[in-house]
Amino acid sequence: MKNKEILLGPLSKNNPVIVQVLGICSALAVTSKLEPSIVMALSVTVVVALANVVISLLRNTIPNSIRIIVQLVVVAALVIVVDQALKAFAYDVSKQLSVFVGLIITNCIVMGRLEAFALSHKPWESFLDGIGNGIGYGLILIIVGFFRELLGSGTLLGFQVIPDICYEWGYQNNGLMILPPMALIVSACIIWVHRIYNKDLQEK
Amino acid sequence: MYNMESLNLFIKSIFIDNMIFAYFLGMCSYLAVSKTVKTSLGLGIAVTFVLTLTVPVNYLLENYILKPGALSWLGESFADVDLSFLSLIFFIAVVASMVQLVEMVVERFSPSLYASLGIFLPLIAVNCAILGGSLFMQQRAFDSVGTATVYGFGSGIGWLLAIVGIAAIREKLAYSNVPAPLKGIGITFIITGLMGIAFMSFLGIKL
Repeated sequence: MKNKEILLGPLSKNNPVIVQVLGICSALAVTSKLEPSIVMALSVTVVVALANVVISLLRNTIPNSIRIIVQLVVVAALVIVVDQALKAFAYDVSKQLSVFVGLIITNCIVMGRLEAFALSHKPWESFLDGIGNGIGYGLILIIVGFFRELLGSGTLLGFQVIPDICYEWGYQNNGLMILPPMALIVSACIIWVHRIYNKDLQEK
Repeated sequence: MYNMESLNLFIKSIFIDNMIFAYFLGMCSYLAVSKTVKTSLGLGIAVTFVLTLTVPVNYLLENYILKPGALSWLGESFADVDLSFLSLIFFIAVVASMVQLVEMVVERFSPSLYASLGIFLPLIAVNCAILGGSLFMQQRAFDSVGTATVYGFGSGIGWLLAIVGIAAIREKLAYSNVPAPLKGIGITFIITGLMGIAFMSFLGIKL
């Protein structure tokens, strides 16, 4: 029961992006299309889960004063592996993500989970927590990416979804959705809807 | 002519390639610390300072150690060594040690500034804007240390402007009637989005 809460809590009530407000930097910059959003979600999930396990295994041997540097090194090593793997197997997407794969190192979700969870829990629980938070983060990315690609370019994963007949009748793609500021406004709408149903999360 | 180009890069990195409104870097501390103008100004200055130091240091590392062929100054046999896969770990180490250094210097020479910055100084190490500055520097391949420094300084000033701006707006927001589910973080997202759209008006400018 407890493990289930650890895994499923971050999906809604304790979502890293819209409730804890962590990892916004990358969550918004890569979501103009659905495909990079999915790849980014997977990469972050892998890094959070593995970093949580490693730090959790080391938690009794790391001196408190240098823990930030140890965490950064572990995370940087994992991110380098992910970065090289992306370059090898999905070169086009890794070009689109540009610096944001590297920026997973400083993604607040990773550091936040290491500090708040992995340093005080057993490896298996930490692994579940990492997977849960990665999925919670990915969920928001995929929702934002879905709406931005659908409304901005009329496609999903690169395939045209909106039929030609709509364009003949005067429907136009909303070019504003492609631009970065709309990512913030779309996620603000997600927060809005989410907090209407979760009244206890509303501030003040 | 050279000075003109540096000035253009400076203006460009402040307004057109603004770290927050164009790339969303450093959003975590931007959202967390922007409740009052005073603290956000302090954090902005610290970020500018660290960016101005780390970008040129990482530029030197990139060009004399990490780039393919960068080690050729050691001799012929090193000409085809490519260490670029190590750049992330090098950059983050430089950032972390720079932040530590800045922290010690500030504590030694200006205890009052140190006290007012408090916890935000060490947190700069995990601010995406700092590492992002170095990674963009690597991607754009600037031609000298000077331009890299100008780029770092300009990006820092851009970040400072953005965080002070949003803090000023949030102070005023306390008096307005925002729908309950949007209070706090939601409305801040929307305002940042609108400010981002406003900053996009600089996009067409050719310098």
